[in-house]
Amino acid sequence: MQWIDLLPPLLRGAEVTAWITIASTIGGAILSFAAGIGSGARFAGWRWLARTYVQVFRGTSLLVQLFWIYFALPVLLGISLSPTVAGVLGLSLNIGAYGAEVVRGSLASVESGQLEAATALNFKPVQTLWRVVMPQALVEMMPPFGNLVIQNLKDSALVSLISLSDLAFQADTLRNQTLDTVPILTLTLLMYFAMALVLMLVMRAIERYTVRLSGREVSR
Amino acid sequence: MLYGIHWDLSNSWTFAASIIPILLIGMKITVLATVFGFLIALVLGLVFALMRSAPMRIVSWPTRFVIEFVRDTPLLIQLYFLYYVLPDVGLTLPALETGIFALGLQYSAYTSEVYRAGLDAVPQGQREAARALNLGTMRTFRDVIIPQAIPRIVPALANYLVSIIKDTPILSAITVLEMLGVSQIIGARTYRYMVPLTMVGILFLILTVIAATAVRYLENRLPRAGIPLK
Repeated sequence: MQWIDLLPPLLRGAEVTAWITIASTIGGAILSFAAGIGSGARFAGWRWLARTYVQVFRGTSLLVQLFWIYFALPVLLGISLSPTVAGVLGLSLNIGAYGAEVVRGSLASVESGQLEAATALNFKPVQTLWRVVMPQALVEMMPPFGNLVIQNLKDSALVSLISLSDLAFQADTLRNQTLDTVPILTLTLLMYFAMALVLMLVMRAIERYTVRLSGREVSR
Repeated sequence: MLYGIHWDLSNSWTFAASIIPILLIGMKITVLATVFGFLIALVLGLVFALMRSAPMRIVSWPTRFVIEFVRDTPLLIQLYFLYYVLPDVGLTLPALETGIFALGLQYSAYTSEVYRAGLDAVPQGQREAARALNLGTMRTFRDVIIPQAIPRIVPALANYLVSIIKDTPILSAITVLEMLGVSQIIGARTYRYMVPLTMVGILFLILTVIAATAVRYLENRLPRAGIPLK
């Protein structure tokens, strides 16, 4: 088989990988903010919930989480989950737990003088969070978020093990059919690498945007 | 039955209790892969870090590319690559050894950054002072730079140990029977996945909590000022 013949099936897989990564990154970002803000909430119930979530999903293995969601959760709830739903859910929950720690840390790193100034100006807690603390914290969050997005792309390869036909799945299927191991796996590695480079550029653009948003000079 | 141990399917609790000894056999492989993968990452990462900071660009640039490439591609594909390609070039390793090497390789890309950042974080003035005192390169590194870099490097390295624990289940993809692989067999034979998978999750949580506690203990014990190597 020619190298060129390997491209169409691998590219189909790469497309699935791209969508899975985008969907779970968005899901993970929402969970990051919810749990990151929640772990500093006044109501103890929210704090407990956020911290338990972070501890459980950072403390166990992603592959175990995916298998649990795909094989065990349907039995527990009496529903059936497609590999796509299970995969995106698992990846979002996992990366969201890591992101929550970033959000929590960045919020805590904003100087306390800023909070006092907001109190002195009679801001409500919600206003203080969104108008004063968050714009400054966002700038701090972006570099670690960039690393997490790449981590999420790499982690997405694991959904192939719950039979979702992403790039890793297509590569393994092709390898079984054609036994052209070296070209298939080399192309697959290069495709993941290319996607990682694109994600890096996107995250750097978002980082610059948040810096502008915070009102600081872009060239820090 | 697995490894000569029978399970008790009367209810979920007895089932859970009866498979613990089987899962612990799998846990031995998990710990083995973690420890040896980490050791490879420690050594290979140092080699990468030194090659990366080599004065010759013909050495440092390819090394930078290799580190970046390994860091930005999935462990699963690297694992497939090593498992299926190495035998073609005449190097046939058992699945567990291949998995340990793949873990070590992936994490060496991370540890090399830790070494580099730790050495760079020692203030430039320290090198200049060592130079003013007429210390040689060897002595500067052994007695000035490395002792001060250790308190920054060790906790960061130890955090990767915790990460490796969580990546070992990927080895089940190339037939290594670590905890997750074992629980898959139990699930396939009993048609009950919930209990074995939940038990594996709990056992992982216990492992990582123990490891993370040890890391924090180590971090608090390290003197901030540095460790003399004598």
